[in-house]
Amino acid sequence: MEKQQLKVILTAVITTIIVIVGLIVLMPFIGPRFLHPMMMGDQPAPSGLDTSTERTSDAGMFMVSWSSDSGELPLNQIHTWTLHVETADGQPVEGATILVDGGMPQHGHGLPTNPQVTADLGNGDYRVEGMRFQMLGFWEVRFTITANGQSDSITFDLVLE
Amino acid sequence: MKRILPLIGGILLIAAAIGVWSVTRSAAWSEEEKSTLSGLWIGSLPALQPDPSNAYADDTQAAEFGHELFFDTRFSSTGEVSCATCHLPELMFTDGESLAQGVGTTDRKTMTIIGTAYSPWQFWDGRKDSQWAQALAPLESAVEHGGTRAQYVHLISEFYREEYEAIFGPLPDFSDPERFPISAGPVDDPAARAAWEAMTQADRDAVTQVFVNMGKAIAAYERLIMPGPARFDLYVDALLKDDKPAMKTALTEDEVAGLRLFIGKANCIQCHNGPLFTNNDFHNTGVPTAQNLPLDDGRASGVILVLADEFNCLSPWSDAGDSDCAELRFVTSAGEQLAAAFKPPTLRNVAETAPYMHAGQFATLEDVLAHYNHPPVSPIGHNELDPLGLTPREMAQIVAFLGALSGGVDAPPELLQAP
Repeated sequence: MEKQQLKVILTAVITTIIVIVGLIVLMPFIGPRFLHPMMMGDQPAPSGLDTSTERTSDAGMFMVSWSSDSGELPLNQIHTWTLHVETADGQPVEGATILVDGGMPQHGHGLPTNPQVTADLGNGDYRVEGMRFQMLGFWEVRFTITANGQSDSITFDLVLE
Repeated sequence: MKRILPLIGGILLIAAAIGVWSVTRSAAWSEEEKSTLSGLWIGSLPALQPDPSNAYADDTQAAEFGHELFFDTRFSSTGEVSCATCHLPELMFTDGESLAQGVGTTDRKTMTIIGTAYSPWQFWDGRKDSQWAQALAPLESAVEHGGTRAQYVHLISEFYREEYEAIFGPLPDFSDPERFPISAGPVDDPAARAAWEAMTQADRDAVTQVFVNMGKAIAAYERLIMPGPARFDLYVDALLKDDKPAMKTALTEDEVAGLRLFIGKANCIQCHNGPLFTNNDFHNTGVPTAQNLPLDDGRASGVILVLADEFNCLSPWSDAGDSDCAELRFVTSAGEQLAAAFKPPTLRNVAETAPYMHAGQFATLEDVLAHYNHPPVSPIGHNELDPLGLTPREMAQIVAFLGALSGGVDAPPELLQAP
């Protein structure tokens, strides 16, 4: 065998070893999740979530904001929200019909309860009873708002930590 | 060749350095993990909220009365079964059996009562929505206490009149056997049921009121039964104070590794979260049907039962106003996710409460981990679990960690034995 050939083979073998060793060593950093989805445990919340509590509805008809009556979002406790609905130009929307819906998109399940708007508090405020989150992580809460013959939806993203 | 050798050497050195760094790094908890751990810590258990459905929930006398009822075997068809027959204080208020044994055999495993004051739903299927409503069900079950409410109010009249009246006011006169048969109630036994149906509505209500008060007294007792701090709690306590020696004393390396898996790769905290290690919701985890038992659809039937329950939060026997009954009013009452869904039990003291699952299907925690690692197709509905890909060593570490959740009962010692 020529010396030149031996050198090429050796280089190839050593490079392979380095790549394999490097991958093993780097495992803790890249995480096993890229190797097999089964090994990833819980998914982290997607990056770039807009978790703001005030947003414009999908078709731009309403300006909607929510707040939890107890301040923070409690885990495993049924609680009440107040939803505030305004028109795009800032006029409170009264007498709206609002449906509540939501879930954990990464887990493929809905809300554990069946929350409902139980009172029109006036001045664009609505009481939403029966909210409960029973898992940590990324949740979506969607409101479908019908007022003055117009209907529009808004989906809030939130992360329970 | 000579140029390659130092290059390889260098790379290996860097690799070794990174390896060492990553190992030491994994021993520390990130801020996010710390926050998760503090959420599981017993110190995060909020103060117990009042139970609006039970006006006697925090009444000391009622708790004493409930304590006596809890251990009194006269409240059964055979004179041999009390609440404590299946809820043994020394076994963390469980019984070590796959299926509860009263005067007969039930089709579910006994759940602990420790910390259930925090749960909006009782039983594996949540068919009761308060501790007091729960306490009444076994009393009239044909396979548990096997008795009837009329039988029980006669016993109250005979043995507990003074105590009862001191708490709840005058006891009605149940002495007329024509109006108040020895045994009568809305139970499976045809004779007792016929006797119940023959009574006037007013007489039935008089009996039921006393029966309900028995449940409320038992609940007042059960509200005092809380989990004690476990080694896990000492660990988190030390972690939050950054006291490394105390952390080392509290948990072994394997237990810490198990904890890391519990909140990470194994994702147990999806359902076993909060300081009681349960989200009090209902989940289908594909647990196989127990031998010789019919298919159990869990919450799907449980929710129908609780909505129709004569003792639920919205019932006339509850002391709650409608606005207090949010859990019941906004309950999810239909959907595939309810099929064969069961309540995740608390994991506090779990190592002491074998066997496991709603009909004691698994004898050991190792069996439970093996099930979760390779979740089977559910007998009905959809199994929510995904395979975990845990190694045998990792499963052993999680089992080790679960052992660190044993902290016993936090209650006055006199409540943990017969009065």
